[in-house]
Amino acid sequence: MPEVAIQTRDLTKKFGDFTAVNQISFDVRRGEIFGFLGANGAGKTTAIKMLTGLLSPTSGEGSVAGHDIHSESEAIKKKIGYMSQRFSLYDDLTVKENIRFYGGVYGLSRHILRSKYDEILEKVDLKDEIDSRVGSLPLGWKQKLAFSIALLHEPKIVFLDEPTGGVDPITRRQFWEMIYKASEDGVTVFVTTHYMDEAEYCDRVSIMVDGKIEALDSPVELKRSFSAKSIEEVFIELARGAENSDG
Amino acid sequence: MKTIQFILQKEFLQIFRNRAMLPILFVMPIVQLLVLSFAATYELKEASFALIDYDQSSLSRELSAQFQATGYFSLEHKTFDTDEALEELKAGNVNMVLTIPENFSRDYSQGNSVSVQMLIDAVDGTKAGMIQSYGSSIIRDFNQNHIREVQLISSKKAPQLSRIELIPVNWYNPDLDYITYMVPGILVVLVSMIGLFLSGMNIVREQEIGTIEQLNVTPIKKSHFITGKIVPFWIIGMVDLVIGLALARYGFNIPFLGSLTLILIVSGIYLIVIQALGLFISTVTSTQQQAMFIAWFIMVVFILMGGLFTPIESMPVWAQDLTLANPVAWFIKMMRMVLLKGAGWQEIQHMVFVLIGMGGLFYGVAINRYKKTAG
Ligand SMILES: Nc1ncnc2c1ncn2[C@@H]1O[C@H](COP(=O)(O)OP(=O)(O)OP(=O)(O)O)[C@@H](O)[C@H]1O
Ligand SMILES: [Mg+2]
Repeated sequence: MPEVAIQTRDLTKKFGDFTAVNQISFDVRRGEIFGFLGANGAGKTTAIKMLTGLLSPTSGEGSVAGHDIHSESEAIKKKIGYMSQRFSLYDDLTVKENIRFYGGVYGLSRHILRSKYDEILEKVDLKDEIDSRVGSLPLGWKQKLAFSIALLHEPKIVFLDEPTGGVDPITRRQFWEMIYKASEDGVTVFVTTHYMDEAEYCDRVSIMVDGKIEALDSPVELKRSFSAKSIEEVFIELARGAENSDG
Repeated sequence: MKTIQFILQKEFLQIFRNRAMLPILFVMPIVQLLVLSFAATYELKEASFALIDYDQSSLSRELSAQFQATGYFSLEHKTFDTDEALEELKAGNVNMVLTIPENFSRDYSQGNSVSVQMLIDAVDGTKAGMIQSYGSSIIRDFNQNHIREVQLISSKKAPQLSRIELIPVNWYNPDLDYITYMVPGILVVLVSMIGLFLSGMNIVREQEIGTIEQLNVTPIKKSHFITGKIVPFWIIGMVDLVIGLALARYGFNIPFLGSLTLILIVSGIYLIVIQALGLFISTVTSTQQQAMFIAWFIMVVFILMGGLFTPIESMPVWAQDLTLANPVAWFIKMMRMVLLKGAGWQEIQHMVFVLIGMGGLFYGVAINRYKKTAG
């Protein structure tokens, strides 16, 4: 595993004449928590989809876990976890059935799966809900479960696209504890969020405006160079010049 | 191989957990088979006619009585006024007008040729065909029974006994039983619906709820994913077919002249073909609604042009050529051949190969179109 977990050079995605991601270049170091900020429509999800092999880039280079995103996307998929912006567990399956299915798809044996059930349920505090349909769980629990399932196959890198959107503050705090825990275990975390307090928890953050990365540094450095009291101020300062964002 | 097990397990769980699914899968096909086939025969039994008997002889009365005695024709109207009878026909109150001319009895007993007229409402072509066919056979029987006595008592020179006569015989379905003809076709429709609608719809559903994206970032193989979508509904389709066949055999007493194994093999292949089409539909649509619409459109065209209601032979030539590309038409034909005529592998193998060819084509296109990475 190289020191650089994710690397992009001039990575670009165009939909017709519209450029959703415009020549972004950045490195994410192994084991770091990398915050990927940007207003609605800035291009965060599009960038993540290119890195995870869901979308092919229009131009530019990129590598994830040492594999080229153009030619080795299937190899990348074995090493990453992904939590999409849309909730994507099966509502009509139980907690256990979801874990079993995704585990099976990643090639975990039934034996390993059995130990995973307990581990996950412990982690997200869902012991009594193992046979409940996922659809009946509160959103915060669902998100924590989805995160655990994204980590099921012990990936080296995990992409979280707005994992805490719409979740209450207490659960958000618990969610971030899970992120820290994963990071301690050596997992590189690539996370997008609209909550500026969450940005402060990251090792480094990038701020994307209209498809371009306008700033990238540790929260402390960013605040200093923009002479701002919080990341929120930095964000607003940068986003003011935005053209094609909705928010 | 293990992965496949997990995938299939999940698919079956979801299918049987959906409360609307079980009735769709098992109750609806049976109800449909019953209703459709009974409705189809009911119509025929009710064929009604108006009688214009200008002769009013015992012979003419005997002829009209024979029509009624079959149970297929019911006498609705008697008149001496042709216009009145035609009005009835136009109004749809009767399906046929039977006219027996004056001097029918006299001419007949003298050994002269006589003619009776059947005016048939042909709006419903199939029914008209049946009426004509039944009607002619009644007249033929009548003639057969009486010609000998006429020859004996005729004052004229006896007509040659060895006159060549054209005797149409309905093979394979001797009584022209509509149910026998329809049921194999209806089974085809049921199986097609399951294959085309449910498999395709199931994939689009994953697209709609967003889980397909989650799956596409896993190392899942395309072939595994597709197998997971095809196999469960293939099994369900086959179970439905077996239920339908049992119902046909024991409920409707349809003769099974051909081999049941052959029927099952052909059906299995056909199901895969039609599921491939469903798969293709799912790759060109993004919501269940769109998929449903396209599937319906294709299904209706296939069924109307598949020889279920209108015999393919009576379609215009261009339409007949089109049926060559219609898997439903091929399957209906094979089902009828094997079930009703007892055709074996030799007679149908070329059609099976056509089906396999179509299946290969559909899968090729569908798998090519299903991409884990979007453009
Ligand atoms: N498939 C597509 N075709 C055309 N335009 C698209 C497509 N996907 C995204 N876009 C556009 O690209 C831009 C960036 O979208 P993206 O989803 O990456 O933004 P985002 O930063 O994730 O926003 P949000 O915070 O709302 O999730 C938006 O203007 C969006 O409308
Ligand atoms: Mg987004």
